[in-house]
Amino acid sequence: MGVSIEMVGCGRKIAEKLKTELAAVLLGHDVKDLADQLVAYGADKVYLAESELLRFYHSEAYAIIIGELAKKHRPEIFLLGSTSTGRDLAPRIAAKLCTGLTADCMSLDVDDKGRLLQVVPAFGGNVMATVICPVHRPQMATVRPGVMKPPEIVGGRHGEVVEIPVDLKEEDLNIRILDVVTEEPRAAPIETADVVVAGGWGVGNTDGWRLIEELARSMDAAVGATRPPVDEKWASEDQLIGQSGKTVRPRLYVGVAISGAMQHLVGVQDSKVIVAINKDPNAPIFKASDFGIVADFRDVVPPLADAIRKLR
Amino acid sequence: MSRVNCIVCLKPVPDPRRWSELALDPITKTLRREGIPSLLNPLDKHALEEALRIKERSGGTVTVISMAPLTANDVLREAIAIGADGAVLLSHKSFAGADTLATSYVLAAAVKKLGEFDLLLCGNQSLDGGTGQVGPEIAEFLGIPHVTYVRRIDVLDRGAVRVERALEYGYMVIEGRMPLVLSVVDEINVPRHISLMRISDAMQAEIPVWTSRDLDIDSGRIGLLGSPTQVADLFLPTIKRRREMITGAPDTVSKLLIQKLRELGVL
Repeated sequence: MGVSIEMVGCGRKIAEKLKTELAAVLLGHDVKDLADQLVAYGADKVYLAESELLRFYHSEAYAIIIGELAKKHRPEIFLLGSTSTGRDLAPRIAAKLCTGLTADCMSLDVDDKGRLLQVVPAFGGNVMATVICPVHRPQMATVRPGVMKPPEIVGGRHGEVVEIPVDLKEEDLNIRILDVVTEEPRAAPIETADVVVAGGWGVGNTDGWRLIEELARSMDAAVGATRPPVDEKWASEDQLIGQSGKTVRPRLYVGVAISGAMQHLVGVQDSKVIVAINKDPNAPIFKASDFGIVADFRDVVPPLADAIRKLR
Repeated sequence: MSRVNCIVCLKPVPDPRRWSELALDPITKTLRREGIPSLLNPLDKHALEEALRIKERSGGTVTVISMAPLTANDVLREAIAIGADGAVLLSHKSFAGADTLATSYVLAAAVKKLGEFDLLLCGNQSLDGGTGQVGPEIAEFLGIPHVTYVRRIDVLDRGAVRVERALEYGYMVIEGRMPLVLSVVDEINVPRHISLMRISDAMQAEIPVWTSRDLDIDSGRIGLLGSPTQVADLFLPTIKRRREMITGAPDTVSKLLIQKLRELGVL
């Protein structure tokens, strides 16, 4: 349940501050034991809706059921993980409830007025923005996997599991799921890598990207990227690091030819040591690094990779 | 196959190569985009391309719409030059500063005014905002189903489509009755370029501009004032890093860097 557990942890902290109840909503088929896990991680209540129709994420069915729950129980705050499911479901529900939704928050907190403070990198500057939804309810936000720390299981926690009857039938719906095909990921996920080498727009082309990959190999590192290399297809979407990609927590992060826009930096700020290589001395990344080298990466990366290889 | 009529939502986004020039207005806490050229959101190009392919196979029409400043005219004419049959621009100062809910509300109102359609296509997310929220929100306001992350569309005979929806690892196959909103990802196709033969059509095309008066909307639900979310604060994050610069020839900096990283136990 990955990111959902992270949301329970985040929601628990907020519920404590607001001195209110944390409820989780669990939809699926044969998922009742997951409800106990949600309680163990911090939910006071779990609304459980089970049906064969809900076995896989079904946008129409999920939105109808959750929308009804939200209208009935009127939560102050409603959090979802920002996954392909969450990014599809959250806006549908937000529109259904005519409320605000902030995507990909980097942190969540509440102020003394009970307002959810939704922090995101502000587009167009090296600043962060705190977004609020002062009037409309619930205040909705999504958070990408790995941004929040997962909570600890607290022994002896009790919670109520409320079973919601599901009256929906396939005939009532306009969408039918015909098939679900899962594929194995190609490489170990960068979110768990100890060392990450990332390249940016300045890498320039696939020849340049090969140097990035070579540097990564010399250190047994995972390869990450900012948005432009993914758009150019030098790297794949699951290598994207930043607000709209992955959050990494390596002991060493090396950013090569990356300017250091906030949208990217928020994904690496928990690295133990950050190294930046960029030919522009004014690149914002230098202010966010432990060590900086102002140079054309093509001059520095090959001897650096070489010297690292000789160490081993 | 019967005709399938498509509407495509387009968004002009600031040219990413000029993003460093974008300024945040500290008072309204919104973006100042003046002087930065806009281009058509890349994923919207894929949406337009898919609509044109559907038109070629089924013989329907493709209408493009956008809620944007008047300068978006360029992007709409570009769409016509690529192959769209017509365009409508929704532009009014009361629309400005809208969050995704207020934007989707206006776009949905315009779609209702355009009349019956079979498919509404849009890019899965925009280059700038990147929330991916507008497609599903428009669908909710129109009361029709939606599918996101669409990487393949097959129009079936009986007023339905079969689509492939990309997942993090894998995909789903979904069938839905039209009308539907489909948000597409780049894997779906390779967009065509502007057709030289259509350039004069595009330059001469009449693109109506609809303001808040032209739409059946509640003025309290549009623009900055109609947006449930607001930016409350802008701040510089406290970043505590050493900021140590290492200088010298490539071999020297390599050795120095390695030495420092080893001292810290990270290499």
